[in-house]
Amino acid sequence: MSGGALKRELLRSREIDAIDRALIQATQAGLPLTPRPYHLLGEALGISATEVMQRMARMVDNGIIRRISAVPNHYALGFRGNGMSVWNVPDLKIVELGRRIGALDFVSHCYRRPRHLPDWPYNLFAMVHGRDRDEVVHKVKAIAALLGSDDLGHEILFSSRILKKSGLRLNG
Amino acid sequence: MLDSLDRAIINDLQGGFPICERPYAEVAQRLGTEEQELIGRIQQLLDKGLLSRFGPMYHAERLGGGLTLAAMEIPESEFDTVAAQVNAFAEVAHNYQRDHRLNMWFVLATETPQRITEVLAEIEAVTGYPVLNMPKEEEFFIGLRFEA
Repeated sequence: MSGGALKRELLRSREIDAIDRALIQATQAGLPLTPRPYHLLGEALGISATEVMQRMARMVDNGIIRRISAVPNHYALGFRGNGMSVWNVPDLKIVELGRRIGALDFVSHCYRRPRHLPDWPYNLFAMVHGRDRDEVVHKVKAIAALLGSDDLGHEILFSSRILKKSGLRLNG
Repeated sequence: MLDSLDRAIINDLQGGFPICERPYAEVAQRLGTEEQELIGRIQQLLDKGLLSRFGPMYHAERLGGGLTLAAMEIPESEFDTVAAQVNAFAEVAHNYQRDHRLNMWFVLATETPQRITEVLAEIEAVTGYPVLNMPKEEEFFIGLRFEA
Protein backbone atom coordinates (compact mmCIF):
# COMPACT_ATOMS: atom_id res chain seq x y z
CA MET A 1 0.00 0.00 0.00
CA SER A 2 1.36 3.43 -0.92
CA GLY A 3 1.91 6.07 1.76
CA GLY A 4 -1.05 8.10 0.51
CA ALA A 5 -3.39 5.13 0.42
CA LEU A 6 -2.28 4.09 3.88
CA LYS A 7 -2.95 7.56 5.14
CA ARG A 8 -6.44 7.60 3.64
CA GLU A 9 -7.11 4.19 5.12
CA LEU A 10 -6.03 5.40 8.55
CA LEU A 11 -8.15 8.53 8.20
CA ARG A 12 -11.26 6.54 7.49
CA SER A 13 -10.57 4.06 10.21
CA ARG A 14 -12.01 4.63 13.62
CA GLU A 15 -9.68 2.03 15.05
CA ILE A 16 -7.58 3.34 17.87
CA ASP A 17 -4.35 1.79 19.02
CA ALA A 18 -2.58 1.70 22.38
CA ILE A 19 -0.90 5.08 21.79
CA ASP A 20 -4.25 6.72 20.94
CA ARG A 21 -5.68 5.23 24.12
CA ALA A 22 -2.77 6.61 26.12
CA LEU A 23 -3.39 10.03 24.53
CA ILE A 24 -7.08 9.84 25.38
CA GLN A 25 -6.26 8.98 28.98
CA ALA A 26 -3.63 11.73 29.21
CA THR A 27 -6.18 14.34 28.05
CA GLN A 28 -9.20 12.97 29.92
CA ALA A 29 -8.86 15.76 32.50
CA GLY A 30 -8.19 18.34 29.81
CA LEU A 31 -5.51 19.80 27.56
CA PRO A 32 -2.36 20.97 29.40
CA LEU A 33 -2.34 24.73 29.97
CA THR A 34 1.16 25.35 28.75
CA PRO A 35 2.44 27.11 25.60
CA ARG A 36 3.25 23.82 23.84
CA PRO A 37 0.60 21.38 25.12
CA TYR A 38 1.15 18.79 22.38
CA HIS A 39 4.89 18.73 23.12
CA LEU A 40 4.18 18.12 26.79
CA LEU A 41 1.85 15.23 25.92
CA GLY A 42 4.51 13.81 23.61
CA GLU A 43 7.10 13.91 26.38
CA ALA A 44 4.71 12.20 28.78
CA LEU A 45 3.98 9.44 26.25
CA GLY A 46 7.46 9.09 24.83
CA ILE A 47 6.47 10.11 21.29
CA SER A 48 7.21 13.23 19.24
CA ALA A 49 5.01 16.32 19.32
CA THR A 50 4.48 15.84 15.59
CA GLU A 51 3.06 12.39 16.20
CA VAL A 52 0.78 13.72 18.97
CA MET A 53 -0.54 16.39 16.60
CA GLN A 54 -1.03 13.90 13.75
CA ARG A 55 -2.92 11.52 16.01
CA MET A 56 -5.09 14.27 17.48
CA ALA A 57 -5.84 15.64 13.99
CA ARG A 58 -6.80 12.17 12.79
CA MET A 59 -9.15 11.68 15.75
CA VAL A 60 -10.77 15.05 14.99
CA ASP A 61 -11.11 14.10 11.30
CA ASN A 62 -12.75 10.76 11.99
CA GLY A 63 -14.99 12.11 14.71
CA ILE A 64 -13.49 10.29 17.72
CA ILE A 65 -12.81 13.80 19.02
CA ARG A 66 -15.88 16.00 18.42
CA ARG A 67 -13.75 19.09 18.85
CA ILE A 68 -11.14 20.49 21.23
CA SER A 69 -13.12 22.98 23.25
CA ALA A 70 -14.19 24.53 26.52
CA VAL A 71 -17.36 23.41 28.29
CA PRO A 72 -19.03 26.38 29.98
CA ASN A 73 -20.75 25.88 33.31
CA HIS A 74 -24.01 27.63 32.45
CA TYR A 75 -25.22 27.83 36.01
CA ALA A 76 -21.99 29.40 37.30
CA LEU A 77 -22.05 31.85 34.37
CA GLY A 78 -25.37 33.21 35.60
CA PHE A 79 -27.75 31.17 33.46
CA ARG A 80 -29.88 29.96 36.34
CA GLY A 81 -32.89 29.12 34.23
CA ASN A 82 -32.11 26.16 32.02
CA GLY A 83 -34.98 24.52 30.21
CA MET A 84 -35.05 21.49 27.96
CA SER A 85 -37.36 22.54 25.14
CA VAL A 86 -38.80 19.71 23.07
CA TRP A 87 -40.38 20.18 19.65
CA ASN A 88 -42.51 18.25 17.22
CA VAL A 89 -41.34 19.33 13.77
CA PRO A 90 -41.83 17.74 10.32
CA ASP A 91 -39.23 14.98 9.78
CA LEU A 92 -38.53 16.17 6.25
CA LYS A 93 -37.44 19.61 7.47
CA ILE A 94 -35.70 18.62 10.70
CA VAL A 95 -32.10 19.10 9.48
CA GLU A 96 -32.75 22.63 8.28
CA LEU A 97 -34.79 23.54 11.38
CA GLY A 98 -32.33 21.86 13.77
CA ARG A 99 -29.46 23.88 12.31
CA ARG A 100 -31.41 27.11 12.64
CA ILE A 101 -32.31 26.43 16.27
CA GLY A 102 -28.79 25.19 17.08
CA ALA A 103 -27.37 28.45 15.74
CA LEU A 104 -29.33 30.60 18.22
CA ASP A 105 -26.99 32.12 20.79
CA PHE A 106 -29.07 30.97 23.79
CA VAL A 107 -29.22 27.32 22.70
CA SER A 108 -26.32 25.16 23.87
CA HIS A 109 -27.32 21.76 22.51
CA CYS A 110 -29.75 20.78 19.81
CA TYR A 111 -30.40 17.14 19.03
CA ARG A 112 -32.74 14.99 16.99
CA ARG A 113 -34.20 12.13 19.06
CA PRO A 114 -36.86 9.50 18.30
CA ARG A 115 -40.56 10.09 18.97
CA HIS A 116 -42.46 7.58 21.12
CA LEU A 117 -46.00 7.84 19.80
CA PRO A 118 -48.59 8.39 21.11
CA ASP A 119 -47.01 9.41 24.45
CA TRP A 120 -44.13 11.48 23.19
CA PRO A 121 -44.53 13.29 19.84
CA TYR A 122 -41.31 15.35 20.07
CA ASN A 123 -38.35 14.74 17.75
CA LEU A 124 -36.14 17.80 18.38
CA PHE A 125 -34.53 18.79 21.70
CA ALA A 126 -32.95 22.19 22.37
CA MET A 127 -31.38 23.22 25.70
CA VAL A 128 -32.34 26.85 26.27
CA HIS A 129 -30.42 29.00 28.74
CA GLY A 130 -31.58 32.19 30.42
CA ARG A 131 -31.05 34.21 33.58
CA ASP A 132 -34.29 32.78 34.98
CA ARG A 133 -37.28 30.70 33.92
CA ASP A 134 -39.18 33.69 32.56
CA GLU A 135 -36.32 34.44 30.21
CA VAL A 136 -36.28 30.80 29.06
CA VAL A 137 -40.04 30.92 28.42
CA HIS A 138 -39.54 34.11 26.44
CA LYS A 139 -36.76 32.55 24.36
CA VAL A 140 -38.81 29.44 23.67
CA LYS A 141 -41.53 31.73 22.31
CA ALA A 142 -38.90 33.20 19.99
CA ILE A 143 -38.07 29.70 18.73
CA ALA A 144 -41.79 29.02 18.19
CA ALA A 145 -42.05 32.23 16.18
CA LEU A 146 -39.03 31.22 14.11
CA LEU A 147 -40.57 27.82 13.38
CA GLY A 148 -43.98 29.22 12.51
CA SER A 149 -46.23 26.54 11.05
CA ASP A 150 -43.43 23.94 11.43
CA ASP A 151 -44.01 24.04 15.20
CA LEU A 152 -46.45 21.14 15.52
CA GLY A 153 -46.26 21.34 19.31
CA HIS A 154 -43.70 22.00 22.00
CA GLU A 155 -43.08 21.92 25.74
CA ILE A 156 -40.39 23.13 28.16
CA LEU A 157 -39.12 20.74 30.82
CA PHE A 158 -37.40 22.51 33.68
CA SER A 159 -35.25 20.48 36.01
CA SER A 160 -36.35 20.63 39.63
CA ARG A 161 -33.60 18.49 41.16
CA ILE A 162 -30.26 16.94 40.23
CA LEU A 163 -30.55 13.31 41.31
CA LYS A 164 -27.10 12.23 40.14
CA LYS A 165 -24.21 13.88 38.37
CA SER A 166 -21.01 12.02 37.72
CA GLY A 167 -18.52 12.52 34.94
CA LEU A 168 -18.83 10.38 31.85
CA ARG A 169 -16.35 7.56 32.14
CA LEU A 170 -14.53 6.69 28.94
CA ASN A 171 -12.65 3.52 28.35
CA GLY A 172 -9.12 4.65 27.69
CA MET B 1 -17.23 39.39 37.10
CA LEU B 2 -16.38 38.48 33.53
CA ASP B 3 -14.82 41.14 31.39
CA SER B 4 -15.05 41.31 27.61
CA LEU B 5 -11.87 39.26 27.14
CA ASP B 6 -13.26 36.45 29.36
CA ARG B 7 -16.45 36.42 27.30
CA ALA B 8 -14.52 36.42 24.03
CA ILE B 9 -12.42 33.51 25.34
CA ILE B 10 -15.49 31.50 26.38
CA ASN B 11 -17.11 32.12 23.00
CA ASP B 12 -13.99 31.27 21.02
CA LEU B 13 -13.00 28.15 22.94
CA GLN B 14 -16.37 26.49 22.36
CA GLY B 15 -15.41 26.19 18.72
CA GLY B 16 -12.37 24.35 17.47
CA PHE B 17 -9.05 24.80 19.27
CA PRO B 18 -6.05 24.55 16.92
CA ILE B 19 -3.62 21.65 16.72
CA CYS B 20 -0.24 23.30 16.13
CA GLU B 21 3.05 24.13 17.86
CA ARG B 22 1.75 27.07 19.91
CA PRO B 23 -2.07 26.82 19.83
CA TYR B 24 -2.61 29.28 22.71
CA ALA B 25 -0.45 31.86 20.90
CA GLU B 26 -2.59 31.39 17.77
CA VAL B 27 -5.87 31.88 19.66
CA ALA B 28 -4.41 34.77 21.67
CA GLN B 29 -3.51 36.52 18.45
CA ARG B 30 -7.03 36.34 17.03
CA LEU B 31 -8.45 37.55 20.37
CA GLY B 32 -5.96 40.42 20.52
CA THR B 33 -4.17 39.24 23.64
CA GLU B 34 -0.97 37.45 24.70
CA GLU B 35 -0.32 33.73 24.99
CA GLN B 36 0.42 33.83 28.73
CA GLU B 37 -2.60 36.05 29.40
CA LEU B 38 -4.86 33.58 27.60
CA ILE B 39 -3.42 30.59 29.48
CA GLY B 40 -3.84 32.44 32.80
CA ARG B 41 -7.43 33.40 31.98
CA ILE B 42 -8.40 29.83 31.04
CA GLN B 43 -6.84 28.58 34.29
CA GLN B 44 -8.85 31.17 36.27
CA LEU B 45 -12.10 30.32 34.48
CA LEU B 46 -11.53 26.65 35.30
CA ASP B 47 -10.53 27.40 38.93
CA LYS B 48 -13.66 29.51 39.43
CA GLY B 49 -15.80 26.78 37.90
CA LEU B 50 -17.03 29.04 35.08
CA LEU B 51 -15.65 26.50 32.63
CA SER B 52 -16.20 22.91 33.68
CA ARG B 53 -13.59 21.53 31.29
CA PHE B 54 -11.18 22.46 28.52
CA GLY B 55 -9.74 19.88 26.15
CA PRO B 56 -10.65 17.24 23.57
CA MET B 57 -14.31 16.17 23.70
CA TYR B 58 -14.31 12.47 23.00
CA HIS B 59 -17.19 10.86 21.15
CA ALA B 60 -18.19 7.98 23.45
CA GLU B 61 -20.06 6.06 20.74
CA ARG B 62 -17.13 6.22 18.33
CA LEU B 63 -14.81 4.95 21.04
CA GLY B 64 -17.00 1.88 21.07
CA GLY B 65 -19.24 2.93 23.93
CA GLY B 66 -22.98 3.46 24.11
CA LEU B 67 -24.74 6.67 25.13
CA THR B 68 -28.40 7.54 25.43
CA LEU B 69 -30.99 9.73 27.14
CA ALA B 70 -33.87 7.93 28.81
CA ALA B 71 -37.07 9.06 30.49
CA MET B 72 -39.50 7.54 32.99
CA GLU B 73 -42.85 8.45 34.52
CA ILE B 74 -42.71 7.73 38.25
CA PRO B 75 -45.50 8.42 40.78
CA GLU B 76 -44.46 11.08 43.31
CA SER B 77 -44.86 8.67 46.25
CA GLU B 78 -42.30 6.27 44.79
CA PHE B 79 -40.01 8.80 43.20
CA ASP B 80 -37.14 8.73 45.72
CA THR B 81 -37.14 4.93 45.92
CA VAL B 82 -36.97 4.60 42.14
CA ALA B 83 -34.34 7.38 41.89
CA ALA B 84 -32.12 5.38 44.27
CA GLN B 85 -32.68 2.21 42.23
CA VAL B 86 -31.81 3.97 38.97
CA ASN B 87 -28.80 5.83 40.42
CA ALA B 88 -27.41 2.53 41.74
CA PHE B 89 -26.53 1.61 38.14
CA ALA B 90 -22.94 2.72 37.53
CA GLU B 91 -23.89 3.32 33.87
CA VAL B 92 -26.26 6.16 34.89
CA ALA B 93 -24.09 9.27 34.51
CA HIS B 94 -26.60 12.08 35.11
CA ASN B 95 -30.12 11.94 36.44
CA TYR B 96 -32.50 14.90 36.66
CA GLN B 97 -35.97 15.32 38.07
CA ARG B 98 -38.04 17.41 35.66
CA ASP B 99 -41.47 18.94 36.13
CA HIS B 100 -43.36 16.91 33.56
CA ARG B 101 -45.43 13.74 33.44
CA LEU B 102 -42.14 12.12 32.40
CA ASN B 103 -40.39 13.26 35.57
CA MET B 104 -37.12 11.31 35.59
CA TRP B 105 -34.50 11.89 32.85
CA PHE B 106 -31.14 10.19 32.88
CA VAL B 107 -28.09 9.77 30.67
CA LEU B 108 -26.75 6.27 30.29
CA ALA B 109 -23.11 5.66 29.27
CA THR B 110 -22.08 2.06 28.66
CA GLU B 111 -18.92 0.31 27.52
CA THR B 112 -20.64 -1.15 24.44
CA PRO B 113 -23.74 -0.09 22.45
CA GLN B 114 -25.37 -3.47 23.20
CA ARG B 115 -25.21 -2.74 26.93
CA ILE B 116 -27.65 0.18 26.49
CA THR B 117 -30.55 -2.14 25.71
CA GLU B 118 -29.53 -4.55 28.46
CA VAL B 119 -29.20 -1.88 31.15
CA LEU B 120 -32.53 -0.28 30.15
CA ALA B 121 -34.18 -3.70 30.47
CA GLU B 122 -32.52 -4.21 33.85
CA ILE B 123 -33.79 -0.80 35.03
CA GLU B 124 -37.32 -1.69 33.91
CA ALA B 125 -37.08 -5.03 35.73
CA VAL B 126 -35.75 -3.54 38.99
CA THR B 127 -38.11 -0.55 39.11
CA GLY B 128 -41.19 -2.09 37.50
CA TYR B 129 -41.69 1.01 35.31
CA PRO B 130 -41.18 1.39 31.55
CA VAL B 131 -38.26 3.42 30.19
CA LEU B 132 -38.42 5.53 27.02
CA ASN B 133 -35.13 5.34 25.14
CA MET B 134 -34.25 8.58 23.34
CA PRO B 135 -30.79 8.20 21.78
CA LYS B 136 -29.35 11.13 19.89
CA GLU B 137 -29.94 10.63 16.16
CA GLU B 138 -28.38 13.83 14.92
CA GLU B 139 -26.54 16.75 16.52
CA PHE B 140 -26.98 20.39 15.53
CA PHE B 141 -24.19 22.05 17.49
CA ILE B 142 -23.09 25.63 17.65
CA GLY B 143 -22.68 26.40 21.34
CA LEU B 144 -23.63 29.18 23.69
CA ARG B 145 -22.60 32.69 22.66
CA PHE B 146 -22.10 35.62 25.00
CA GLU B 147 -22.26 39.20 23.87
CA ALA B 148 -18.63 40.18 24.27
